[in-house]
Order: sequence, then structure tokens, then C-alpha cells
Amino acid sequence: MTTNEVLIKVEGLEKSFDGVEVLKGIDAEIHKGDVIVIIGASGSGKSTFLRCLNLLEEPTGGRILFEGTDITDPKVDINLHRQKMGMVFQQFNLFPHKTVLQNLTLGPIKLLKKTKEEANSEAMKLLERVGLADRADAYPNQLSGGQKQRIAIVRALAMNPDVLLFDEPTSALDPEMVGEVLDVMKTLAKEGMTMAVVTHEMGFAREVGTKVVFIDEGVIAEENTPEEFFNNPQNPRLQDFLSKVL
Amino acid sequence: MQEFFDSTRDNFISTFLVEDRWQQLLSGLGITLLITFFAVIIGIILGCLIAIVRSTYETNVKTKKCLTFGDYIIKVLNVICKIYLTIIRGTPVVVQLMIMYFIIFANSRDSILAAILSFGINSGAYVAEIIRSGIMSIDKGQFEASRSLGFNYKDTMIHIILPQAFKNVLPALGNEFIVLLKETSVAGYVAVQDLTYVANLIRSRTYEAFFPLITTAVIYLVLVMILTFFLGKLERRLRNSDH
Repeated sequence: MTTNEVLIKVEGLEKSFDGVEVLKGIDAEIHKGDVIVIIGASGSGKSTFLRCLNLLEEPTGGRILFEGTDITDPKVDINLHRQKMGMVFQQFNLFPHKTVLQNLTLGPIKLLKKTKEEANSEAMKLLERVGLADRADAYPNQLSGGQKQRIAIVRALAMNPDVLLFDEPTSALDPEMVGEVLDVMKTLAKEGMTMAVVTHEMGFAREVGTKVVFIDEGVIAEENTPEEFFNNPQNPRLQDFLSKVL
Repeated sequence: MQEFFDSTRDNFISTFLVEDRWQQLLSGLGITLLITFFAVIIGIILGCLIAIVRSTYETNVKTKKCLTFGDYIIKVLNVICKIYLTIIRGTPVVVQLMIMYFIIFANSRDSILAAILSFGINSGAYVAEIIRSGIMSIDKGQFEASRSLGFNYKDTMIHIILPQAFKNVLPALGNEFIVLLKETSVAGYVAVQDLTYVANLIRSRTYEAFFPLITTAVIYLVLVMILTFFLGKLERRLRNSDH
């Protein structure tokens, strides 16, 4: 479902923490409808790369063009652009003092200026899609990990974003709950949602990824279609990595 | 035996009934509550402002390399807050009270206003550190989740961080207000006719210490118990998202 319309264009992205270079110049393009799966060893910079895309980490060099705007420009109101870039975290980060429904409607009501009724009915539709409509009035601490992550995904969807960023969405889950979260993500991918996913789920990468990217030591070491990527890896570090995880 | 009862009755009458002294105690209680109430409000407002300045500086400005104009303002405010905290926490509240009344209020001599201000300013320093600890106790992920939805720093604080921080520090905050209520008993140093001052006055008039002092102690105790009860209720209500 990939189109030619470029949604995010990354040019020479660099990031260092206190002098330690984590990203050493990354160029990438995410087209509308892409499902980019980013893999790499721990400490390779893959999460940092993802977190730079919505400026949760401020890049120390390079540019990020989102829908044509350079969001690394300090004059740009990043908050407006973040509304269009949903993010799902490893630790879910639901708001524990708010109910599931309030978690979903807070953004639409306060930021998109929707009425409470409108936001509620849209939120209920989203909850039905992930099979959690009956938990609308529960608090996050009453849910299982898999339920929390499904709520976190629809919380991001409630803002009607143009792209969803997933930062290891299944890494904090018990094994039996990984499936339910991946199913939601697969459905979204098939519906044409543009996604960038940092994950260790190679099955997911193979099945729904339109492009798989291997980040190693702060640079993109290899990127290809899933078939080529897994069946015919070129980079020796990637070959080594795949032999360990597959 | 009879003698004991007679003298107790006489003491009771002279402490409470002669010259309508119970009314003096009552008005003393009123002044104690008045000072506590307004000092608590000043303390919360000051405390919140200082806590926000301090934690904004620590999470936002400290790590930045190029500072904007707003960042410089926060930096200056942070220094002012630090000086304030050092002075207020480093000196006794009675001394602060006397400085307020005899130096700053030298021309007006409004002792109740001086007491409200000095207890409020004093409490603000402690409330600030309590709330700051609450803000710092919130997981960084909460902040990131809110920012990733598109909320700015201010809205993130108001809707996400402060409500959770407040819940976490409520026991410590309640403790601070209990301390404040009892601390106002030194207001008599600047001739405020609060509960303790009036009781002591009655003791010096009647040469009878038992009834005025024990009554005063019991009144403070009851006030603290009432405060504790309502704080406990509030805590339970805020905790309903935890089960």
C-alpha cells in the first residue's frame, strides 16, 4: 500500500548524549502507507532514532521533514506536529489517574477541541475495534499488560494521526499477551496506516513490514524489503544478528 | 474530698465564666483558625509556584545548551527560589514572625496580617519542596506520553503531572498543615490574641494553670483530629484509581 507521497524525510540525523554519539548520520524516507520495521541490537540507537522523529529526543544534527516542514527548526511549533504523530511506548504510559475513556478523550477534547460527546463516541468506536469497550470506565491499573498496550494504541489513534511510532510495543508484555497487541498492529497496517515500528518481533517484520531497516552503531547498515532482508542479508553484522534472533 | 471538688469548681468558674472568659477563648480559637486558613492558602500558592519553577529548571533548562529568553527568566527565578528556601528553612519561624512584625510591619502594627504573611511565607518553603518531590516522583514516561499527544509543557503539568504528584504527596502535605496549625501558637510573640495567647492570659489572671492549658491542648488536639479525618477521606477518594 506504499505510495510515493513522502511523509517523513530524515536527512543526516545525528544525536549524541553528553559527547557519546548514538546516531551518526541517518537518512531515511517514510512514505504514506509504509510500515517501516526498525531492528538492531540493544544500544544500536534504534529507539533513539524513533524518539527523534517526534523530537522526544532533540537531534544534535541533521533535519527531519514531516509533511514538508522541518520540525527541527526551533521556530516550528512541535506540539502541532506531534498531534499528527502518534506514539506507543514500551511501558504503555497510560495516565493512571484517568479512566480508559478519559485517556482516549483527553487529547481530542483539549487539543482538537472536540465536544465531550463527540470525543466519547469516537473513543467508544475505537475501543470496540480492539475489543475493550467494556473496560471504558476502568482505570489502567485494573488492566492486563496486553489490554494496556491496546488502549495505548487507540489513545494514539484517537488523535487521528498521519503516522504511528511504536517503540518496542511488545517488549514489556508477558509472552501470551504479545499476540493480541500484534494483531491490532497488523490490522492497522492492513488498513493503510503509516507506521514506524522498533521491535524484536521478526515474524511481524516479515509479515506486515514494507521495509525492514537494520540500525547498527548509529547508522543504517542495511534496508530492504522483508523477503530480501531476511532471506538474503548482505551486511555481516546483520547476518550475525539474524542468526542469533531467528 | 469536698474541698477538692469545691476548688475545682471555683477554678472552672474563674477560668471560663468570670468576665465571660470562654468568649475570649472562642475568639482566640477564631484567630488561630483565621491565621492557619490564610497561611495555608498562601503556602499552597507559593509552594506550587516555586515547585514548578524549580522542577521546570531541573528538567528543561539545566540540560539545554542554547537558552531562549524564557529559559533565562526561569534560571533567574530558580536562583531567587533557592535563596528564599535557604533563608526560610534556615531560620526559626518565631524570628521570622518578629522580623515581619517589628521591622517590616513597623509602621502598621497589624499583628494578624503580619502573622498570616509570615506563617504563609514560611509554610510555602516546605510545601514547595514537598510538591517538587511529588513532581519528581512521576515517571518520565507520563511526561513523554503527554508530549507525544501534542500537549505543551504547561498543559502536561496541569492535566497529567500535578494531579498525580498531588496524590502522591498528600500525606506529607497534610502533615505540613498540621504542623502549621500548631505553629501558629507562637503568634502571641507579636501580641496576636490567638488561642494559646488568650489561654496564657487567663492563666496569669486567675493564677490557675490547669483548666486554661489543658483546654487549649484539647482544642488543638480536636482540630488536628478533624483535619486528619478530612485528609484521610480525601486521600481515599483520590486513591480510587489504584485498585
